Amino acid sequence: MKHMRPETEDELADLVAGLTEPVRIAGGGTRGVTGPEPELNVSGLSGITLYEPGALTLVAKSGTPLAEIEAALDAEGQQLAFEPMDHRGLLGTSGEPTIGGVVAANVSGPRRIQAGACRDFLLGVRFVDGRGQVVKNGGRVMKNVTGYDLVKLMAGSWGTLGVLTEVSLKVLPKPEAVATLVWEDRGWVATSKLFCDALGSPYEVNGAARLPEGGGKPSRTVLRIEGFDQSVEYRVSKLQELFAETNPDQVVTDAAENTAIWREVRDIEPFADRPGNVWKTSVKPTDMIRVVGDANPNTVVDWGGGLIWTLAPEGTDLRSELSDVEGHSTLVRATPEDIQNLGRFQPENAAVSALTQGVRARFDPRSVFNPGLMG
Amino acid sequence: MEMPRPNPDVLARKQAVLARLLQVLPEDAVIHDPAETRAYECDALTAYRCPPMLAVLPSTTQDVSDVLRICYEEGVPVVPRGSGTSLAGGALPTADCVILGVARMNEVLEVDYDNRFIKVQTGRTNLSVTGAVEEEDFFYAPDPSSQLACAIAGNIAMNSGGAHCLKYGVTTNNLLGVTMVMMDGSVVEIGGAHLDASGLDLLGVICGSEGQLGVVTEATLRILRKPEGARPVLMGFDDNEVAGQCVSDIIKSGILPVAIEFMDTLCIQACENFAHAGYPDCTALLIVEVEGSEAEIDYQLAKIIEIAKRHNPVELRESQSAEESAKIWLGRKSAFGAMGQMNDYMCLDGTIPVSSLPEVLRRIGELSEEYGLPVGNVFHAGDGNMHPLILFDANKPGDLEKCEAFGADILKLCVDVGGCLTGEHGVGIEKRDLMAHQYAPADLEAQMAIKDVFDPQWLLNPAKVFPLDASEARRLAAE
Repeated sequence: MKHMRPETEDELADLVAGLTEPVRIAGGGTRGVTGPEPELNVSGLSGITLYEPGALTLVAKSGTPLAEIEAALDAEGQQLAFEPMDHRGLLGTSGEPTIGGVVAANVSGPRRIQAGACRDFLLGVRFVDGRGQVVKNGGRVMKNVTGYDLVKLMAGSWGTLGVLTEVSLKVLPKPEAVATLVWEDRGWVATSKLFCDALGSPYEVNGAARLPEGGGKPSRTVLRIEGFDQSVEYRVSKLQELFAETNPDQVVTDAAENTAIWREVRDIEPFADRPGNVWKTSVKPTDMIRVVGDANPNTVVDWGGGLIWTLAPEGTDLRSELSDVEGHSTLVRATPEDIQNLGRFQPENAAVSALTQGVRARFDPRSVFNPGLMG
Repeated sequence: MEMPRPNPDVLARKQAVLARLLQVLPEDAVIHDPAETRAYECDALTAYRCPPMLAVLPSTTQDVSDVLRICYEEGVPVVPRGSGTSLAGGALPTADCVILGVARMNEVLEVDYDNRFIKVQTGRTNLSVTGAVEEEDFFYAPDPSSQLACAIAGNIAMNSGGAHCLKYGVTTNNLLGVTMVMMDGSVVEIGGAHLDASGLDLLGVICGSEGQLGVVTEATLRILRKPEGARPVLMGFDDNEVAGQCVSDIIKSGILPVAIEFMDTLCIQACENFAHAGYPDCTALLIVEVEGSEAEIDYQLAKIIEIAKRHNPVELRESQSAEESAKIWLGRKSAFGAMGQMNDYMCLDGTIPVSSLPEVLRRIGELSEEYGLPVGNVFHAGDGNMHPLILFDANKPGDLEKCEAFGADILKLCVDVGGCLTGEHGVGIEKRDLMAHQYAPADLEAQMAIKDVFDPQWLLNPAKVFPLDASEARRLAAE
C-alpha cells in the first residue's frame, strides 16, 4: 500500500476509518520510530492556527515544522520553555521535526527540571482515534480541569492512542540573559552534591548537567541561570558564594557559547558520531551515582542527575544491570535486533500493564497505530 | 441537579455490608447511625445534600483496599472524600453509597530534600505539606484558597490550582507519583521520585479524574526551595478593559509574575470591609506579585509599574512591609468568605482566554441585570481563570434555580469565547450537565472509556463529571 499524506483532519479521519492494515505514523520522521509500512504522514496538516503572545498561547496543526513555530515565537521574544531535543544528530535521521512529533514523544530538554516537561505545557489536543473518530480534549487556556485530562495521556503516547491533528501549547518569555557555571573534572559524588545544593537553593537553576570528556576537553559539570541581566548576575554571585569551597572553573556569559553548551546537552551531541546503543534512564537524582557506574566517558547526565544517557555496546541489557534502581530506561538508539530482544520501553508491572493495554484497546481497538512500538 | 435513584438492592443489604466492613475496620472507623452519617451529607456545595448509607474512615492503604474489595464484591457505590471542601459537589453522596473519607490518613511518609520530594498519605492537608518542609525553607507550590483545610487527596482528584500557579503550575505539574487502590481492592504504584512515565502517562489522567478511577492513598509531591522574598503591588483602574490590557502588556513584557489577581468593585468592597487591606475604591483592582531577592523584586516591580502607568491607574501602591503584603493577600484569599457575609453565593470557575476578559466581564454585567442577581468577580487574571460569585438568597423560593441558570449562562459564555467550564474546582455534579456544551459525544466517550478500564463496574463516584444521560447505560449495566 502507498504512503498516505492527508492534508486535512477530515481526510485523515476518513483514511483511518478505512484502514485495513496497521500503519506507522510519522511527522518529520526524525524521532526514530520504526514499525510497519505503509507510513501515515501527518506533515500535510500544517500551520499555526492561533498565536496570542499576551495570553502565552499557541495553537498549531500537528504537522507544523518546529522551526516555523520557534521562528514565530522568537519574533515575539517567546519560546517553548521545555526546550525540546533535536534527535537528528543522535539518531542519524533527517527531515523536519514537527510539533506533533515533539508532543507524541513528550520531548523535553534540560529546562524540564525547573520549567516542566512538554506534557506540562500542553494545553489541548485534537486527534483521530483508531476508529477514525475526531476527539478533542483540553483547550487553549492555561487552567482547565473540565473532564479527564487526556492531554497528558496523549503526550508521550507515540501515536499509539491516536493521530494528533492539532496541539495547543503554553509558551513563555525568552530570558534576557543567561550564564553557565562550569566545573571541570569533578567526580560523580562531587557532581551529585553540586546538583543537589544548586537545585535546593532559591536561585532558580534551570539546567544542571554533566558532559563527558572528549574532543580534547575534560568532563564538565554545568549549571545554568537565566533571567533578566541584573538577576542573572546576582544569582551567579550567590551560587559562587554557595560553592565557595569548590569555585567553578569558568562562568560563561556569552550567549552563543551558552547556546552551544546547552545544545550539546540537549541533543546528546557527545554520542552523535560514536557507535553503540543509547539508553535514556530516568531515576531519583541521587541514584545517578548508581546508574553511571564506571561508564564515565560514556554518559551524559541531565536533570540534576535524574536523567542519564548511556552509550553502551550493542547487546548490553542496561535494564537488568539497574534492576534494583527505581525508575525506567528507554532504548533510544539500537540495532533492530536489540530493540526486538530488549524492548524499546521499560516493561511495566502487571497491574500497570493491564491498565495501559486496556486504554490502548479502547482508543485503537484494531491495533492499527504503530503496533508494538510501546509494547 | 438530579442524582440517580439509589439502588434498592444495595439499600436492602446495608446491614450485611456493614457487618463485613466491621470485620476489617475498627468500630470507630465505620459510621452507620443515620444521625452520624449526616455529617457527610454534603461538601462545600451545600445546596445539595444526601446522607450516605455508610461512611468509613480507613487509616492505611490496606484498610482502603479491604473496604473497596468488599464494596466491589457487594456492588456498592463508593464516593471518596478528602476534607469535603469541593465547591463542585465532588464528594456529594448518594443514598446507596459508602463514603470513603481519607482524613485519618495524614502521615508524612518520607521527606527528601536532596531529591526535592515529599511522600505523604493523601488525607494530609495542603498547607500542612508545606508545614512539614518549612523548617528547611521548602514549600509545596499549589495553593488553593482552601489550603488550610483541603486534603491532598482532593487536590489530586480535582487537579487543584491556586493563586500562584501562573509560575508554579497546578497539582498535575507537581505530582510525581501515587499509590492508588483500584475499585477491586488491588493496589497500583504509578510514578515515583523520578520524572516522567516510561509508557503511557497514566498519572496525568489519574490527576483530575475526580475520584472516579481509584482512591489515591499516598502521593509523592515535588517540593521547591522558597524564593528569597516576594512582594505584591496593588493597581486600581476605573475600567475593566484597561485592567485587562494591562495584564496582557505585563505578560508580553517578558516578566512572569507568580500571581496576577483581579477583583471588581463588588469584591473589592466586600474584601476591604473584611480584611482592611487598604484596597482602593475603583472598578478593577489588580494584585501583581513577583519573587526573588530584594533587588530582583525592585527591578521587576519597577518594570511592572512603568507598564501600569501607561494605563492611567487610579491607584498604584507597592507593599512596604511583610505585614502589608499579608493583608493584601488576606483580602484576596478571604474573597469567598467576605462575599458570603453579604449573602448566599455560588462560586463559578470558568477559564477564558485572557484576551476575552473585557468582553466576558461586560456580558456578565448584562446577564446580572437580566437575572436581577448581583455578581462579584475575583479571579486569576494571568491565566484567565475566573471566579464569578453570584449572590442569591437561599431562603427565597426560586432564587437558587435562577442563580444556577445564570451560572450556566456564564459558563457557556466561557466555553463560547474559547475557554472551559472549570479551571480548578472540577466538574462534580455542578457542571456535569454542561459538559455537552464543551465536548461532543465522541469527546465524552473517549473520557468515559478511561473509566471503563479503571472501574469497569462504574462503582467509584459514578454520578459525577459526565451528564447523567451520557453515563446512564454504563451505570445501569453495572447494577
